[in-house]
Amino acid sequence: MNPLEIPPEFHIMVDVGKCQLCGRCVQECSFGALRRTDKIEADERKCVACQRCVATCPQRAIMVVDHPLAFALHGTWTEKNRRDIWKQAETGRALLSGTGTDISYPSLFDHILIDSCQVTNPPIDPLREPMELRTYIGRRPRGLEFVEGDSGGLELKTVLPPSIELKTPIIFGAMSYGAVSLETHKALAAAAHEKGTVMNSGEGGLHAEMREYGQNIIVQVASGRFGVNMDYLKLAAAIEIKIGQGAKPGIGGHLIGEKVTEQISQTRMIPTGTDAISPAPHHDIYSIEDLSQLIYALKEATEYKKPILVKIAAVHNVAAISSGIVRAGADGIVIDGFRGGTGAAPTVIRDHHGIPIEPAIAAVDDRLREEGIRDEVSIIASGGIRCSSDVAKAIALGSDAVAIGTAALIALGCRICKQCHTGLCAWGICTQKPELRRRLDLNTATRRLCNLLDAWSIELKEILGALGMNAIESLRGNRDRLRGIGLDHTTLEVLGIKPAGR
Amino acid sequence: MRIDAKGLSFKELNEKVREAVKSGASEVELVNVNGQRFIGDGLTTPVTIVTRGSAGNDLGAFMSGPKILVKGNVADAAGNTMNEGAILIDGRAGDVLGHSMRGGKILIRGSVGYRAGLHMKAYKDKNPTIVVGGTAEDFLGEYQAGGTIVVLALEHDNGRAIGDYVGTGMHGGRIFVKGAVSKDQLGPGATIDEVTDADRSELKQAVEDYCRAFNVPVEQILSHMFTKIAPVSSRPFGKTYAIQSGDVPPKT
Amino acid sequence: MHLSERRRKEEALSLGFRVHDGCGVAGIHNEKGRGIPGSRIVKALEAMRPRYNGLGAGYAGYGIYPRYRDCYAIHLILDDEESLRKVGEMLGGKANIIREEEIPARRHVLYNPPMLRRFFVKPPEQVGGLPVEDPDSYIMNLVMAINSGVEGCFVMSSGKNMGVFKGVGYPVDVADFYMLEEYQASLWLGHGRFPTNSPGWWGGAHPFNILGWSVVHNGEISSYDANRRFLEQYGYKCMLLTDTELVAYLLDFLVRREGLPLKLACRALAPPFWDKITRLSPSQAEIVRALRVVYPNALLNGPFSIIIGTNAHGTGMIGLTDRIKLRPMVAARRGEEIYIASEECAIRSVCGEPDQLWMPRAGEPIISIANGESS
Repeated sequence: MNPLEIPPEFHIMVDVGKCQLCGRCVQECSFGALRRTDKIEADERKCVACQRCVATCPQRAIMVVDHPLAFALHGTWTEKNRRDIWKQAETGRALLSGTGTDISYPSLFDHILIDSCQVTNPPIDPLREPMELRTYIGRRPRGLEFVEGDSGGLELKTVLPPSIELKTPIIFGAMSYGAVSLETHKALAAAAHEKGTVMNSGEGGLHAEMREYGQNIIVQVASGRFGVNMDYLKLAAAIEIKIGQGAKPGIGGHLIGEKVTEQISQTRMIPTGTDAISPAPHHDIYSIEDLSQLIYALKEATEYKKPILVKIAAVHNVAAISSGIVRAGADGIVIDGFRGGTGAAPTVIRDHHGIPIEPAIAAVDDRLREEGIRDEVSIIASGGIRCSSDVAKAIALGSDAVAIGTAALIALGCRICKQCHTGLCAWGICTQKPELRRRLDLNTATRRLCNLLDAWSIELKEILGALGMNAIESLRGNRDRLRGIGLDHTTLEVLGIKPAGR
Repeated sequence: MRIDAKGLSFKELNEKVREAVKSGASEVELVNVNGQRFIGDGLTTPVTIVTRGSAGNDLGAFMSGPKILVKGNVADAAGNTMNEGAILIDGRAGDVLGHSMRGGKILIRGSVGYRAGLHMKAYKDKNPTIVVGGTAEDFLGEYQAGGTIVVLALEHDNGRAIGDYVGTGMHGGRIFVKGAVSKDQLGPGATIDEVTDADRSELKQAVEDYCRAFNVPVEQILSHMFTKIAPVSSRPFGKTYAIQSGDVPPKT
Repeated sequence: MHLSERRRKEEALSLGFRVHDGCGVAGIHNEKGRGIPGSRIVKALEAMRPRYNGLGAGYAGYGIYPRYRDCYAIHLILDDEESLRKVGEMLGGKANIIREEEIPARRHVLYNPPMLRRFFVKPPEQVGGLPVEDPDSYIMNLVMAINSGVEGCFVMSSGKNMGVFKGVGYPVDVADFYMLEEYQASLWLGHGRFPTNSPGWWGGAHPFNILGWSVVHNGEISSYDANRRFLEQYGYKCMLLTDTELVAYLLDFLVRREGLPLKLACRALAPPFWDKITRLSPSQAEIVRALRVVYPNALLNGPFSIIIGTNAHGTGMIGLTDRIKLRPMVAARRGEEIYIASEECAIRSVCGEPDQLWMPRAGEPIISIANGESS
């Protein structure tokens, strides 16, 4: 018994009256917290509250609760502070986490309310009257030119630049193959295909079996350039240059060695078992003109047939950066807010760097309009989009569409146990172990993702109806339909919205 | 009894109409009508009202019993929530004709605008009917819960008898259209269905009614093919909302 | 209301809240360019009296200043002498004033009327040594500068050989006030208002105007802020606190600045639904799709029935309703005259038995151009 051992966070309770000692829970626990002797015994230090045992026990005999151990309360030295220090003292290493920040910073979405129509401007019936969610992602020309057609009517002369057509303004955000399993990647692609949207390959390249979904995939070109070749670029619907992500602005992707299996090794072209830590910057992008160069390198490579997007983390200067990105020739900007998820990130960066998506979108939208260039590109917001109202609010603040990551994984069963980086995901979502991957049924997963998109799309239509609109573009940048509640004056100004009551 | 509507506000005109009805008139003729609203609104006796000129919004709203003959066009919401009686329009009508109608009939010689028959309802022997001699625009029979709509397309300018989003959210009643209807004109919840014998007999009666009212030969119309539009189910939005967490979505 | 009118206006301006309206609209256009006395548009509006509550009305007449047809006729509402002095200075400094006068009015007819003036101006030949190449843009910027910069002053209209006359009162009273019977116009637009809160301010009535574009509007634009923030990128400043203002700016932008043909500009305001675009001919479908992709924030959402007056390429009148027809509109033709109104009775009161009478389809414009192509 080592007194400096870190106390367990969770407490496992087995109801011996119900327990049949079938041992299912032991099999299902991928963290090694359970074993069977003449009863079920738990090593609670290993429990992460992934709830797999709870969900799979045929007798519903097992329960995981917060460990009742009392930490003497202290306003400055919270339980989290103490645990972090113990871990660092034990290992001498930087703390690493999965999932987006778990610190309760105030959510601005939760302080924004949406207008509704009453009397003077009627709502539109969302069930019976048409509601349009169709959204195009890509560059827009500055105007249109026409010519006289043969039959005397007008014909369009301008050729529109390439774009992605989405049936709903929700796409699946970037999650790399490596961070998530092949089955997860496939389910995202299959659901995107079925629902007329797109998913994002993330920075790990594409497994060969993903090829058939090409037209529903945005492929990422990140600093590690994993899996990037002409084939990869050509099969995609669009290409995204990843500069950063919300969970870890300023640093590159992390895939620990435990998750770099033979298949990952093949896709990423790195040795098995090694850590895939993407470089922090793109080493050919040290200034904005370099970004422009990479954008055009990709455009040339794909004969100008695909939209090129740039993904950045939301940081203080996000408005100016976005302006630069537009002028550098990007066709769209994906802005990933501070609350964005991740398979693995240094905890300190995850919890303290970047800004949330709400002020980021507002600032970018304002700045681009000030410069008269907002309409040239599409803006996609991501980073902690949890529900359809967040989607609506993000669009009203100024984005064309949103990307969801964590929400999609929760649809697949994720319990937010925050252990993605270990590769031990008991739900088969973000693991590479074959015995765990088997637990995610591709058809069920695809169906659940489709259901999520359907449910949110219906809810978005209800929201539009209440707003008296029947086309999503009427909500874009429509700040006047939002009101803040419990927000200070400056925050309201940043968001460009009024307080409720005005 | 004759009332000259010229220069009268709707309030003044309708007061005179109510006076006439109270004093026992069985037929009231209104001349020089120009846009006055609410004519016949709320009347519950089987009086006959004839209007000459262009009638305003909400003609016959909430009425139960009267017969209104409109010699001219009518604006929006004629027959709004009417319960019993008849409105015969020798002209055309604007939008939301027969909105929430619960009984009685409306016959229009010409065409109607948008959302005709919106949320018509029926119960047992109360089966409201609308017969349109011309064409109807989008959202015909929106959220129809009962009753019968017939569109004859005797006059049309582009070959389409009805518009789009027909029967959107329909969960009762039926719509008959002379000629073919394309599936992409239907709204969610509506489908093209077989015309049964009972339908044929109902259709015959409705068409005869129309022809008698506007002096049009019946045989020409009934010899044509009619398309029937009916609800897919009586619960078109049964799969839209999650009722409780953990529930299997209800079957329709 | 116990606040003074000026304070209410200031408060409204600083808080930026919009006044919501229910209303009635009408328009009469003589396609041969012959004069129509103002009394006829008033009669049309009067027939729809239940649509108003007396808190606003207005008119736009085209062809009313033949003597000054090459000048921009700037109609102004002013709080006081000080505002007049300031705007006079600005106009004098930035343009050539050909004539300046009070707008003739029977001032006792309406309550507490502001000062009303009209300036007939021409842009200067040169500014800073360079010729003024685009006089329309020049005047537009001047109008925006006056509205946002000169305290207590608002521009009612700034078109050539046309003018807007509006105020707080019933249509018949506003017409009486401005002596509308004395004007002859080949095109009249008229509007009566039913605002839901007392606007207390003449600038909020319809029609709204920029250069030759005037708009009267029944309905509400639920996409307002999305449309406004789009237009503001191009120098248009929405100041006048009702949605309608931006319809005028939107048309000026699409037609004058982007060069779209009028019919296509109207299409961009109320385009067909995505799943119905496939019904159009391939070249038409391609055009409509491109309009929606390139100008998504020209789409006006919410119920509307609008009538637009223009003299961009000959005097013209356009009627347009929203895509799902939530507001009424009736049109008619009799000989060389076209009529558009919220209700049929308005048309019948000024034209007897028309040759043709119809209800336009949702989102499909009625276009009537003098001596040109009408549709």
